[in-house]
Amino acid sequence: MDSVVEALTKLNLITAFVFVGLVIWVSYWLSDVLSKGKFHGSAIAIIIGLILAYVGGLVAGGEKGLADIGFLAGVGVLGGAMFRDFAIVATAFGADLDDFKRSGFVGMMSVVLGVVLSFTVGALIAVAFGYTDPVDISTIGAGAATYIVGPVTGTALGASSEVIALSVGAGLVKSILVMVGTPAVAKFIGLNNTKSAMIFGGLMGTTSGVAGGLAATDPRLVPYGALTATFYTGIGCLLAPSILYLIVRSLTG
Amino acid sequence: MIVYGVALLGICLLAGVILGDLIGQTIGVQANVGGVGIAMLLLVVVASKSNKRIQLGALTGQGISFWSAMYIPIVVAMAAKQNVLGAIEGGPLALLAGIAAVVASFVMIPLLSRIGEPAEPLPILETQEKVDSEPSSNG
Repeated sequence: MDSVVEALTKLNLITAFVFVGLVIWVSYWLSDVLSKGKFHGSAIAIIIGLILAYVGGLVAGGEKGLADIGFLAGVGVLGGAMFRDFAIVATAFGADLDDFKRSGFVGMMSVVLGVVLSFTVGALIAVAFGYTDPVDISTIGAGAATYIVGPVTGTALGASSEVIALSVGAGLVKSILVMVGTPAVAKFIGLNNTKSAMIFGGLMGTTSGVAGGLAATDPRLVPYGALTATFYTGIGCLLAPSILYLIVRSLTG
Repeated sequence: MIVYGVALLGICLLAGVILGDLIGQTIGVQANVGGVGIAMLLLVVVASKSNKRIQLGALTGQGISFWSAMYIPIVVAMAAKQNVLGAIEGGPLALLAGIAAVVASFVMIPLLSRIGEPAEPLPILETQEKVDSEPSSNG
């Protein structure tokens, strides 16, 4: 047993390939058996991944879900930002440049609108929970944008580590909910074309959420949503600690 | 050569990330601004140019298509490494702020979609083809 674990740990990226292959195989089997293929196998695979990440968090007590369990460390490499971004760029091969151009303006507009919208909603909830300090309110609002904008804003404004942790929590909830919820609501929000995919990416902004949500909805939409989503965190880090914070400060007096 | 495709993909991502960092520094932001998006545009432009003038060999295309097909497996691994416990332990404020931001953003999608010319829905695919469709459609 020890030698098996040792081999799996030593070859952890290979172990991750096998692990992911198994999860996807089980997911497609479940999709066929339980829903005759109506509920996408990839959506089931992502949900199983998230459940396993929760279990991994309980077992190993780290911040990287299943990847904190020694022999599954390769899952963290395979699912890390490096390979994720590499694969996202690859999905653009075969995407239509004219579609990008046609919806480029509304796509970019949705990025700015998305940052302001999520920030506002998060800030209002912070106020509802009794926060009055504009730094705290802005940091939590920024966390509702993404879990990167939150800490960047909090650090820039000098928020307490407790509030920064809350902002990361809000961003994590958002990213996970987008992964799971997108295929369920896609039909109702018209997420079936390249234009609405670009708007979706811009409004949501969480690269992981958008990557997972579109993969589970229709992989052909991935490049369009991912394109706008990748601008979101940068724009968020630009707007949240500056103009949005100043607005909050003037409103809280 | 398949490796040319993989290398081309790498060049696009590296160039995009470097440019994204530069944009971030220029506007004074501690984050990468659109690096992956720029990389995607670079790849699309190179691929569309190569159709007309230089032929991007079929094997080179396979080097890119492989990684495109690996997208869903990578996303599954990404899901498995999320800090789900952290999200749940964030408490009611984090939970509510995250949920409200997602709901508000979902609601805005149909409204924004009305701006500009309407877009055609993509043709419907058979579910089982979806994961495998990337390499064949791009290859």
